[in-house]
Amino acid sequence: MKSVFIVADNILSPVGGTSAENFDRLTQNISGVKQHAGGTRSDVPFYASLFNDDQQFVADQNNHTKFEQLLIASISDALKDSEIDCADKKTILIISTTKGNISMLETAADDPELNNRIALSTSATLVAGHFGFVNQPLIVSHACISGLVALITGMRLLQTGQYENAVVVGADVITKFVLSGFQSFQAISAAPCKPFDATRDGINLGEGAGTVILSSNPKYANGIKLAGGSISNDANHISGPSKTGEELFYAIKGALKSAGIEPEAIDFISAHGTATIYNDEMEAKAINLAGMETIPVNSLKGYFGHTLGASGIIETIIAAHSLQQNVIIPTKGFNKLGLSQSINVSHELQYLPLTNCLKTASGFGGCNAAIVLTK
Amino acid sequence: MTATNHITSHCVISNNVVYSNGLPVFENKDADAGAFLLSVYQFLEVKYPKFYKMDNLSKMGLLAAEVLLKNNPISELYEENEIGIVLTNANSSLDADIKYYEGAKTVASPALFVYTLPNIVIGEISIKNKFKGENAFFVFETFDAAFVAQYVAYLLNNNILQACICGWVDLLKEDYKAVLYLVEKRESDVSVPFTVENINKVYLSDTEKPGNDIGA
Repeated sequence: MKSVFIVADNILSPVGGTSAENFDRLTQNISGVKQHAGGTRSDVPFYASLFNDDQQFVADQNNHTKFEQLLIASISDALKDSEIDCADKKTILIISTTKGNISMLETAADDPELNNRIALSTSATLVAGHFGFVNQPLIVSHACISGLVALITGMRLLQTGQYENAVVVGADVITKFVLSGFQSFQAISAAPCKPFDATRDGINLGEGAGTVILSSNPKYANGIKLAGGSISNDANHISGPSKTGEELFYAIKGALKSAGIEPEAIDFISAHGTATIYNDEMEAKAINLAGMETIPVNSLKGYFGHTLGASGIIETIIAAHSLQQNVIIPTKGFNKLGLSQSINVSHELQYLPLTNCLKTASGFGGCNAAIVLTK
Repeated sequence: MTATNHITSHCVISNNVVYSNGLPVFENKDADAGAFLLSVYQFLEVKYPKFYKMDNLSKMGLLAAEVLLKNNPISELYEENEIGIVLTNANSSLDADIKYYEGAKTVASPALFVYTLPNIVIGEISIKNKFKGENAFFVFETFDAAFVAQYVAYLLNNNILQACICGWVDLLKEDYKAVLYLVEKRESDVSVPFTVENINKVYLSDTEKPGNDIGA
């Protein structure tokens, strides 16, 4: 099978507008998470990483929604650094999101026309048309692992030679729909989130978009390689993670196997680390089952919040830049380990030679995903 | 050369009828979507109390999987992480989204919110049957047999899975259609090759006259 490389990428978040800007600000401990007054999203104040209401993402909005503008702006910036031709038959667009344009339900009565406008395929067609993609775009909507599923799907389509290039983009917008749901679960922290910490008490949500352009063209072989990936299901509970971590461990094992890499060759793990009691506990168990408990682990939720369908992509980009720059980003919000099994949580900038990274994610529906990046 | 995989069972649920391997096995003509799905549950004698708390999309997917697996005890043949689920639809979880947000205008319900993701139907089928393998949910404007064929073949041919439930589960209010395929590497007396042509034939079988040859 062919090797798959990262050609270019973009992160568009409240932290910054490019991957380089985001990475740089993370090394300076700058976060997008802050307290917001309730307003249209919530009856009570809440912490989240949100764009400013007046922020412009694209010069010409063209009746595109905020969700679509984020996709377009992120893809545009990533393409700028690449020679990828969207109109090439060997190039495919893959979109990752959990809720897309769902905020439209908040302001309009549901009718067939609105339902059609909300449909993810409508957004995908608009975005694909904007860039002139000739192939029908793929849309992944698989809860909080959507971004990794989109990357794994892109990797496989390129490995088999069905396509040569994949533009993998993810975005989600935080409005009342999503926030009220997480609030109803009592899953939102009343403060900046604290992944893996003994006093962690929930997530912060975040808005953002991320784009990774993948190619199997050997001329990009100097780039970071997306070497493997795997997906599993807990088969346990639709809103609570596995009690044992065994199924995330399956995904980790599958990702390592497909990458042809042994666990001990991994230099750091970019975890999901949502800062809920049960997610972080489950991840610690999976990391121990994999025998990777001494390998540095970080969570980026303290900087970006949980960006849902964008999170797997945004966090993969930071991991790739970490590999390139040989620096591990610390886990913002972490202070004292609070897990039943020990893991090595990164809590300060670590400069060391890095070659291989494992990135994981888990989500509602009991889903888990893992990918391996190599230099 | 690519290996040939086989559709060892298929199920279609649409327009108040349940088809198993091309033959109508249950019909309840005048029921709305919710009442129809309940009558299917009772007909199949599923006896799974979690069914009642599910949204209609999950109910339909779970019931279609029940039909698919009725005479196919794949859990006896394969490990739990060798069985996976790949589903697609057009309306994501919009049916549950609308119901959740209507309620959230007064009190947001976590029990409804959890169904506002299309992959929850995969989670429900996985929990009921203890399937832990690869799973993925894709959204398309219309059913894309070629994509499903390609994606599932990759999983089987690379030994990531030994069996895969795949297909289409779309439900918005009173419009619904589920078409699920059980795909394995083995042939059976009733299986048909897992090809784009056969996938499409099954997908369209509920709109055609009975008696067409779709095997399985």
